Amino acid sequence: MDQIIGNIGLLFEFPVVNLKILLDGIMIGALFALAAYGLALVWGVMNVKNLAQGDFVIAGGYVAWTLDQNGIHPFLGIPVAFIVMWIIGWITYKLVIKRVIERDLFTSLLATFGLAIMFAQILNLMFGSDTQSIQLDMPTLYFADGFIDVPMSKLVGVVTALCLAFGVILFMKRSRMGQAIRATAQDARAARVLGIDTDKVYAFTFSLNSAICGAAGAIIVMAWVIQPFYGITYSIRAFVIVTAAGLGNLPGVIAAGLGIGALEQYGSHIFGIGYQQAIAVLLLLLVLFIRLLQQRRKRQVLQ
Amino acid sequence: MKTLRNLGVSVVAATAMFGATSVMAEDCETITLGAAISLTGKYATNGVHAKNGYEYAFQKIKENGGVKIAGKCYNFSTIYYDDESKGDRGATLAERLINQDKVQYMLGPYSSGLTKAIAPVTEQYKIPMVEAEGASRSLFNKGYKYLFAVLSTSEQYLASAVTLAAEMAEKEGKDAKSVKVAIAVENDPFSLDIRAGVKEDAEKYGMKVILDEKLPRDLSDMSAILTKVKLLKPDVLVVSGHSKGAATAVRQIGEQRINVPMIAVTHCEAADVVGNFGKSANDILCSTQWAETLSYEDELFGTAAEYEQGFKEAFPEYTDKTVPYQVAQASAAVYVFKDAFERAGSLDKEKVRDAIAATDLTTFYGQIRFSENGNNIAKPMVLRQIQDGKYNVVAPSDFASHKLNWPRKPQ
Repeated sequence: MDQIIGNIGLLFEFPVVNLKILLDGIMIGALFALAAYGLALVWGVMNVKNLAQGDFVIAGGYVAWTLDQNGIHPFLGIPVAFIVMWIIGWITYKLVIKRVIERDLFTSLLATFGLAIMFAQILNLMFGSDTQSIQLDMPTLYFADGFIDVPMSKLVGVVTALCLAFGVILFMKRSRMGQAIRATAQDARAARVLGIDTDKVYAFTFSLNSAICGAAGAIIVMAWVIQPFYGITYSIRAFVIVTAAGLGNLPGVIAAGLGIGALEQYGSHIFGIGYQQAIAVLLLLLVLFIRLLQQRRKRQVLQ
Repeated sequence: MKTLRNLGVSVVAATAMFGATSVMAEDCETITLGAAISLTGKYATNGVHAKNGYEYAFQKIKENGGVKIAGKCYNFSTIYYDDESKGDRGATLAERLINQDKVQYMLGPYSSGLTKAIAPVTEQYKIPMVEAEGASRSLFNKGYKYLFAVLSTSEQYLASAVTLAAEMAEKEGKDAKSVKVAIAVENDPFSLDIRAGVKEDAEKYGMKVILDEKLPRDLSDMSAILTKVKLLKPDVLVVSGHSKGAATAVRQIGEQRINVPMIAVTHCEAADVVGNFGKSANDILCSTQWAETLSYEDELFGTAAEYEQGFKEAFPEYTDKTVPYQVAQASAAVYVFKDAFERAGSLDKEKVRDAIAATDLTTFYGQIRFSENGNNIAKPMVLRQIQDGKYNVVAPSDFASHKLNWPRKPQ
């Protein structure tokens, strides 16, 4: 308890710490938001709750890491991870996801949970259980007497993440495929009647999600560390963010992503870093509770 | 299943490789040992290190004419099962080794957690187990009679850093009491022991622990802690969280330009902090059970340096790396078995158990002598400092080859 009070005291004693915490939170939050956006897409369009979301992220990270080991610049790893994970996502869709779309909630949860375990173990067999990261030869920027440090790698990562998010938004708004995806999300049957090949749309959506995750992973491996079993941390965050922001609400997803990043950093500053994940789950509970109150008049049947 | 088969293949290949040099020991009979070890899951890297250490010792013993028991010669062979880094699985596999495979002697798994899960089983069936990778001191206060560990217990891992900090403070003309300690350890039995050891020693000197944090299992960002370190300005920072803790800490210590005179970390070698983070790792203290530069030696493996060389020849995948101590201590565990069998002069497991308990062995890994509780009380922990990318022994002073760089400057 003394330590908690002491930690809160530090925030007031050194106000610049607040800025540092916020920045750290926003930087990691941007990547949470990216993974969450992919989840929102798949959830909204196909009604599949993908528990393997975080494992796609980590897999993308390993793609970039492998390239780096072979002397290819990690920035190139981002588009390559995007493409490789697109292909893996497409294969996953054809093999597994396609068969669970029309089924109930639990089938898709179980199937993607299985996928998550399989992905983690395959990565473990391929790359071993060591933590890996890419060390970029880039300077770190320092502000406020060296108190605030912004490694260029993180900055580049966040900017890339934002560009990617922006690109996806544009794509969804403007392109034919984007329109088809939105139409399918609204009403799959009506879309089929109007001549949209929904199976193709589903395959595309799932691959796109996987590719976004892959790119996020390629950014994460430059700025943080990855390990085959770290997927779950990103899955949990993605679920919390999507639940908080709601489906099909992209600005909401980004805001929630940045918010959860910052809140977690505050939480770990005040209560100790051991409670970082607990804060994410606590937020999920809170959000669910509020949602429940909001929707208590709406009646639905569980299929 | 596939892993097991691959494993079998590699064991066969390794034996074939050494078959040529061991004509002498060819006619020996076999003593079968059992081991549940982490070949998949989060401890896989170190699990494989341990297994390679066992295998190398078997080869070495075979080359040198096997184990001689009452005039007959024997070779070791081992049944391995993959415990998937899970405790319950480890315990099940131990039961299977003992009940179905009729194994009479066991080698330990990797990590304190797994050893903790398996020890009650071996104890129940009175199967002697010599382990090399479980350092938690909670293993040695349960009164186990059949559990022996060749390594130093974990509370000693970083406690010597506290002593070193006190020495440095006194050299500067300051009171050891003025030293401020910051601790960040993972929430698992091993790291909590380290924390206990550091706290105990800090209290002994009257030092103040100003930061005491527990890291989560899936740690990938510890900037929150390091920010606090920046504010509170401790004199010693102690971090323990297996390889991931070392990797994350060293990376972010570099990024945030943490300016603490002394930083001590575990598992530096396993995380290859020098290879991965280069300059950021400079002047960080790393605790180790063993280093190839130490002056220990024995008849079977030669000196510590010869051990390293021989091991690298047998396992070329280690050529560009420092051989981690996890490998060396696994070999030492097998050596303890060989020595005990020869002194017992019998395959009776009770006699072997008593012989193990009476071990007083000088090895390339250090002195081995067991307390009543089964932990090795003869070998000290070693602190090495990363100086220009090299690991140099700086403490304890009896074995130190280099002087400590103090205070550490932000890199």
